[in-house]
Amino acid sequence: MSNLLELRNVTQRFKTGTIAVDNLSFYVEEDRPNIIAVAGESGSGKTTLGLIALGFLEPTQGQVLYKGKAVKTLTRQERFAFRKEVQAVFQDPFAVYNPFYKVDHIMEVPIANFKLANSAAAAHRLMEEALVSVGLRPEETLGRFPHQLSGGQRQRLAVARALLMKPQLLIADEPVSMVDASLRATILESLRQMNDQLGITILYITHDLTTAYHVCDYILILYRGSVMEAGDVESVIADPQHPYTQLLIDSIPWPDLTRKWGQQEVIVEEDKSAKAGCKFAGRCPHVMAKCRQSAPPLYRLSDSRVAACYLYEDQPQLAGEQLGKLLEMHQPVMA
Amino acid sequence: MSDYVLQVKDLDVYYYTDAGIVYANNKVNFDLKPNERLGLVGESGSGKSTMALALLRLIKPPGRIAGGEMWLEKTELTHLSEEEMRQLRGREISMIPQGAMNSLNPILRVKEQIIDAMLDHNLGLSQAALEVRAYDALDAVELERKVATMYPHELSGGMKQRVCIAISIAMHPKVIIADEPTSALDVVTQRQVMQTIGRLQEQLGSAVILIGHDMGLMAQFVNRMAVMYAGRFAELGTVQDTFTGALHPYTQLLIESLPVLGHRGVFKGIPGITPLLRDLPPGCVFHTRCPKVMDVCQRIVPTWREYSKGHWAACHLHEQ
Repeated sequence: MSNLLELRNVTQRFKTGTIAVDNLSFYVEEDRPNIIAVAGESGSGKTTLGLIALGFLEPTQGQVLYKGKAVKTLTRQERFAFRKEVQAVFQDPFAVYNPFYKVDHIMEVPIANFKLANSAAAAHRLMEEALVSVGLRPEETLGRFPHQLSGGQRQRLAVARALLMKPQLLIADEPVSMVDASLRATILESLRQMNDQLGITILYITHDLTTAYHVCDYILILYRGSVMEAGDVESVIADPQHPYTQLLIDSIPWPDLTRKWGQQEVIVEEDKSAKAGCKFAGRCPHVMAKCRQSAPPLYRLSDSRVAACYLYEDQPQLAGEQLGKLLEMHQPVMA
Repeated sequence: MSDYVLQVKDLDVYYYTDAGIVYANNKVNFDLKPNERLGLVGESGSGKSTMALALLRLIKPPGRIAGGEMWLEKTELTHLSEEEMRQLRGREISMIPQGAMNSLNPILRVKEQIIDAMLDHNLGLSQAALEVRAYDALDAVELERKVATMYPHELSGGMKQRVCIAISIAMHPKVIIADEPTSALDVVTQRQVMQTIGRLQEQLGSAVILIGHDMGLMAQFVNRMAVMYAGRFAELGTVQDTFTGALHPYTQLLIESLPVLGHRGVFKGIPGITPLLRDLPPGCVFHTRCPKVMDVCQRIVPTWREYSKGHWAACHLHEQ
């Protein structure tokens, strides 16, 4: 069993001194397509993690491996394959289009670059297929300029473009955060189908735990570049164990009149200079002396779940490098 | 006249563009009592932000208020002169804008921006008294006093949104319009900001109109909710009424499309797209997407009716 993509002890430190990703290890397997959510507040390092996985950003420390080879040392040909097989959908459906080109452009360029079709007619057919698979009508989409399409249509077009490449891994950074609620479901459904029918692994980067809950199999909760809790999404969201996850879940305004949000007091961090210990210690309602001395390792709460918190220190530990192992344990259950 | 702080009657707001007339608000009716929190939900392009701007009389050409009345207590707003309206804005009716990031002046300190609005309203206060008010406003939104001398770029997104709230409540307005005040913030910050708005609303006894498309936020924050579609009100009622006994199929679909705990992996979007506001279908504007469409829906605009106390809807399904 080989790893499709592996991050090995990756740290990203920016010039300002900010550590966006802190010694994080993770892998996804080639023959086990999952949808994995990377969730956290703004500043948790989730977008940086996505950029590193895409090879757009070279980590300060650690390695990114694609099918066992360091992305940094890929040959020209391998890099070409990497670019094709790892695709991205970004947050802003307005910013990814050049307003001077028809929307066809964002599909024509990759078709030409990666020689996906050998005639104009074949290229057109490919484009139409991709559009249909995300629920767009080609006759209503092709030949238009970006400003003639709605945000939802543009975002689905971005998904269609990624789909065209028949990728193995899709990195979707907040793909629905700028789309209307009624259209979110459609776009998320497209992502789910890509995973289900085409076996594409998806890294779903988001701050929205409600959509993560519905679309993903597995979730990583990040806080200031470190994993706080990870595991199968069902149990993490329905029964959060790490105090940070509990705070996040408690803050979700569920559209449910019987469920009141904000039962838990939000603690404002006084001293942000603390270097050692758990990063969440300054805001944690259960903070203990040892939390401020050294960062907690990952403790296994079950076969498919870990939390980095001393509250669970009587549980067996899981080495940070083994985080990807959780996925092996977890058999995705489709609802 | 009444115990309402705001009454809107048959409000029409149109944009007269070269491509035709855009019917952004069409015969909108609602009222608001002091201390009340009203939610206004709808997809982008449904006319909810236009509605907010209309209440502040900030519609710019080619748009204009084409008809109807807006009563702020005993004052009818549509007939005020620009100068009279300017004095009301901020003082009686104010707005917390969408995207706090872009609504502050990057080269003015926070304190100056709070005072600036008050200076314009001839409150008759000395500079020292204005400063006291500015600091009070910062206290009210739970910002440290040192923020007063900072510039917007030194603040986080949540802090900037709080500064915007401070500006909008500094003169204790009777009606506060919050247009997606937390759309750019993450959940924990969103909750803190909404709690601040809620607490201030209670302290000042103001009424709040919360505009947005997050039904979850509505369920958690408002007392009454209005659902807007293509420039018209589809339904208006208490949160209880609209969530558990929605009358309009659009409201029902919106509620069904929401993610809830327990039904993992079930997606339900609303098929079809919203009509163009300058090319509205005849009859009910929702009939092109409505699963319960009838013949009459394609011909006749449904009447805005009160079906039970305070629960309004415009839908032929419920007409006898």
